[in-house]
Amino acid sequence: MPSPSQILKDETLTFAEKAISLKAVDGKKVRSAGDVAVVNIDLAMAQDSTGPLAIRVLEEMGINKLWDPKKVLLVIDHTYPAADEKVANLHALMRNFAFQHGCVLVEGSISHQQILEEYATPGLMILGADSHTCQAGCVGAFATGVGSTEIAGIWATGQIWLRVPDSVRINLVGKLKKGVFARDIIQHFIGMVGEDGGNYRALEWKGSAVKDLSVTSRACISNSSMECGAKIAVFEPDALTRQYLRTVQRRPNYEIHAGKNAEYTDEFEIELDKLEPLVAAPDNADNVKAIGEVEGTPIDQAFVGSSTNGRLEDLQIAAKILKGRRVNPRMRCIITPASKRIYEQAIDSGLVDIFLGAGAVFTNATCGACVGTHLGVLGENEVCISSSTRNFIGRMGSTSAKIYLASPATVAASAIRGEITDPRKYLR
Amino acid sequence: MTLRGRVWKFGHDINTDIVIPFRFLSRTNDPYEMAKYCMYGIDPDFHNKVQKGDIIVAGRNFGGGSSREQAPVAIKYCGIAAVISEGFARIFYRNGFAIGLPVMEVSNITKEVEHGEEIEVDLDGWSIRIPRTNKSLQAQKVPDFLANLLKTGGLVEYYRKYQQFPWETMKA
Repeated sequence: MPSPSQILKDETLTFAEKAISLKAVDGKKVRSAGDVAVVNIDLAMAQDSTGPLAIRVLEEMGINKLWDPKKVLLVIDHTYPAADEKVANLHALMRNFAFQHGCVLVEGSISHQQILEEYATPGLMILGADSHTCQAGCVGAFATGVGSTEIAGIWATGQIWLRVPDSVRINLVGKLKKGVFARDIIQHFIGMVGEDGGNYRALEWKGSAVKDLSVTSRACISNSSMECGAKIAVFEPDALTRQYLRTVQRRPNYEIHAGKNAEYTDEFEIELDKLEPLVAAPDNADNVKAIGEVEGTPIDQAFVGSSTNGRLEDLQIAAKILKGRRVNPRMRCIITPASKRIYEQAIDSGLVDIFLGAGAVFTNATCGACVGTHLGVLGENEVCISSSTRNFIGRMGSTSAKIYLASPATVAASAIRGEITDPRKYLR
Repeated sequence: MTLRGRVWKFGHDINTDIVIPFRFLSRTNDPYEMAKYCMYGIDPDFHNKVQKGDIIVAGRNFGGGSSREQAPVAIKYCGIAAVISEGFARIFYRNGFAIGLPVMEVSNITKEVEHGEEIEVDLDGWSIRIPRTNKSLQAQKVPDFLANLLKTGGLVEYYRKYQQFPWETMKA
């Protein structure tokens, strides 16, 4: 069996093959795409829609001892604070479980942002009972989603089986034009490959343009890679990753870089200069259109938030557009930060004054409107433009409501006019 | 072990928001309550129309989007015995095995099967049979440990029976 350092240096292995081989419980052989391996887990997260079911499952199994409570993360983020009594009871179930077992409990920051701010480190094996767990790939972690019963199994054993995914390489080249953002890159890709185009696969985001993408931009792309089904979506650590890790005082045990001769089932190149602002029209993530095709569509609500696009940079660009302007009086504009830290930063840096001055609503950090649970639920036939994760039927409320997905800049510009608007009109 | 049931046929991209909207699943921990919202995005009355043992047949990318296990749970507890599709989204597929809801990938299944007819699902041969045409179709193979997990009834039943998880004894 090759040593860990030999695996890390192997020029024939993909990121996923290296990550899984290094974490395999039975370390006798290197795992290749298609192999199944049992792996050791570094962090296992559940939130307030998946956690209660996981707790129920453990009770049904009669398990009352966790493998390592410090690696079990419970986050109350989806409907925080509780919107009604039924939600409150499930939150209480989670709190009691966390206190009883001594797990890590976080309330009022979106789990994926919490993981990015506090845990995500190159090479870590992170599993979460939430599809967007793949976001932590933005700093070179192996991070993917499972359901409640499997996360309960990980809480009990610290292990799970994984199939080593095929890998796809996406080369980003060139430079984004004004008014075009990371959200537009990933929407372009999803429109190209379709909603199941990345299913079961590892996406390796590479190319000369990656160095110009901030950790926030990378997080947006890794997060939203889920919308084409990806198992993981990784940016290998580079100078910018290392600088980020220094500022948050985290040090990786190792960095995983795919080998130069690794095999990919597909390869794509995206020329960033050619991208325009894009909108995913109802009711699928791959129904992607150039802004010009949907401009002028009347809207009832504009939402900036969610784990995909609710970070400080996202709020800053929304504020840049809304500054000194007014939200159209026919509609609501709701702005929801992704974490408590971002909430405080938005207050301290004056962004909230701009939002309130423009007539927008600024909420606490929560998944909220993105999942149609509180703080911005859509009524019958209402239309929303949103920087959130999904535009599926019934996602944000009524099954007859329509959701258009776009970058925070496009959402903010649209809020001013009350109709879908090209953000370049407000970014000179 | 063979299941026989009446088909409910659906198209492509039946995502988990369609199967069960978040605002309902986030307010209960009771599988029978979840079942009341099964397929709400297409037909809020679906749970009243389903008969125990019915089978869902669907196109590509069934169960895309959220990891919510309440989606397969709602399907199972409203009486659906199996979901056969032309492709499953990754997490939904895993969840099916974990909770003991038979999930099988069969190419072109929506072209072979008609809404409302009876079909057979063979969990040993990992295939389906359509009595009307007497056609048998092989499903996409899965590792033995997953097929066994399903026959045992999912992870809860497996753990109750063996006092360990499948991956604790796997040579992988």
